[in-house]
Amino acid sequence: MSLARQAAVMARKDLRIEVRGRHSLSAALPFAGTLLIAFGLSLGPGRTLLQQTAPGLLWLAVLFSSVLAFRQAYQTEVEDGALEGLVLAHIDKAAVFLGKAVAVVVQLLALEAIVILLVAALFGLSLGDDPAVLAGAFVLGTIGLGAVGGLFGALNESPTARESVFPLLVLPLATPVLVAGVRATTVATNGGPGGAGSWLGLLAAFDLIFLAAGTLVFGYLLED
Amino acid sequence: MGKVAARSGERILGWLALAALAATTVMSLVVSPPDAEQGQLVRLMYVHVPAAWLAYLAFAVVFVSSIAYLKTRKARWDRLAAASAEIGVLFTALAIVLGSLWGKPVWGTYWTWDPRLTTTAVLLLIYLGYLAVRRLPDSPTRRARWSAVVGVVGFLDVPIVHLSVVWWRGLHQGPTVRLLGAATIAPLMLAALLTGVAAFTLVYLYLMALRLRVGRLEDRAVAEALSPRVGRPVEALLSEEEGADADQAEVPARG
Repeated sequence: MSLARQAAVMARKDLRIEVRGRHSLSAALPFAGTLLIAFGLSLGPGRTLLQQTAPGLLWLAVLFSSVLAFRQAYQTEVEDGALEGLVLAHIDKAAVFLGKAVAVVVQLLALEAIVILLVAALFGLSLGDDPAVLAGAFVLGTIGLGAVGGLFGALNESPTARESVFPLLVLPLATPVLVAGVRATTVATNGGPGGAGSWLGLLAAFDLIFLAAGTLVFGYLLED
Repeated sequence: MGKVAARSGERILGWLALAALAATTVMSLVVSPPDAEQGQLVRLMYVHVPAAWLAYLAFAVVFVSSIAYLKTRKARWDRLAAASAEIGVLFTALAIVLGSLWGKPVWGTYWTWDPRLTTTAVLLLIYLGYLAVRRLPDSPTRRARWSAVVGVVGFLDVPIVHLSVVWWRGLHQGPTVRLLGAATIAPLMLAALLTGVAAFTLVYLYLMALRLRVGRLEDRAVAEALSPRVGRPVEALLSEEEGADADQAEVPARG
């Protein structure tokens, strides 16, 4: 089987588990909702401030709830020793990384669709200005997040990592996604200064770097 | 390997570092002139810039030795990366603290969201994450592999973090403070700055030597404690850890 086929099999397996169990979205979605309400309570109820900060709050909610999704992606493997089976299986380790990343990206995109609608309703974010840029920012940003999470999610094998180390590691690494995602979203919704082109380019560069790095080094995390 | 006392080379390095620090003190406080605009405050530059330089040097060493570890699987590369990361975090924090002490009188604020400051803060967080990962696994070889992956990926992230915060500030021009621009710095100031950089680099080398010796002793202590239990000589355990097939040896955590 080619690398792409193997990755597709991994991704399909993960998505089937998620569709049947909904372990990831059932935790991440309420968490995102809680964050949005908390943001509203801490900054509101003035409409102008909420509208101005909405793109940032949107991405913060996505970033923090994505941590839960990454964790869940490997949780199923850690339970019942499934990870050993995966390590022993006759597939490329890079395919495990890519498959996990694809599955997480699909789950996050579903989560983001709901979160975006929530932000539009709660904070009065206008979505119609430039839907193509908005979609581009979220797709490219999510691929970057999926690459970081698919790579370092493997550390969740260790119980201490699940609690504290994983967010400490992933959130600073994802700084460019946060910055570029928020700026591109601002341009797409409020018509902020300048074009969104360079921000989308930055997100694409981040995606390429992390997908390439992950494909190269992921095997070292699993090999035991 | 495994000597408790410092080697003479290490001692000489220590004295050299001390002498260079003394020279930096004289150069920066006595010899170099006060700045036309900043007055005496400019003297903070002679410790702030070397600290920031060391931070980047140390993390570049982590990157290179992480790659070397993944290629060769020799424990010495892991010890090198660990030592350099610890010293790098120390000097990154020092650079940030010194920078904000300098910023208060010059810019009127301890912190500004300047691209370089922001990148340095993110850098500190990434390598705090690196050190946290080092404390996770229960086997030394797994710890070495995990942290090497973080050491490689973390360093690759730095340029793109910097680019994103530069654009975020809307500053497309070069650095805000051109420290080494030809016309902007007096020769004596440049001399003091270079003395500082040399002195801090010597301090780095000395601390590395010290930390590597501690790392070797830690490994030896683990091997000595383990040797009667697995019924194999200490030297065999140590050389196994150095070798490429060390992955099979499940040894409890060091330290």
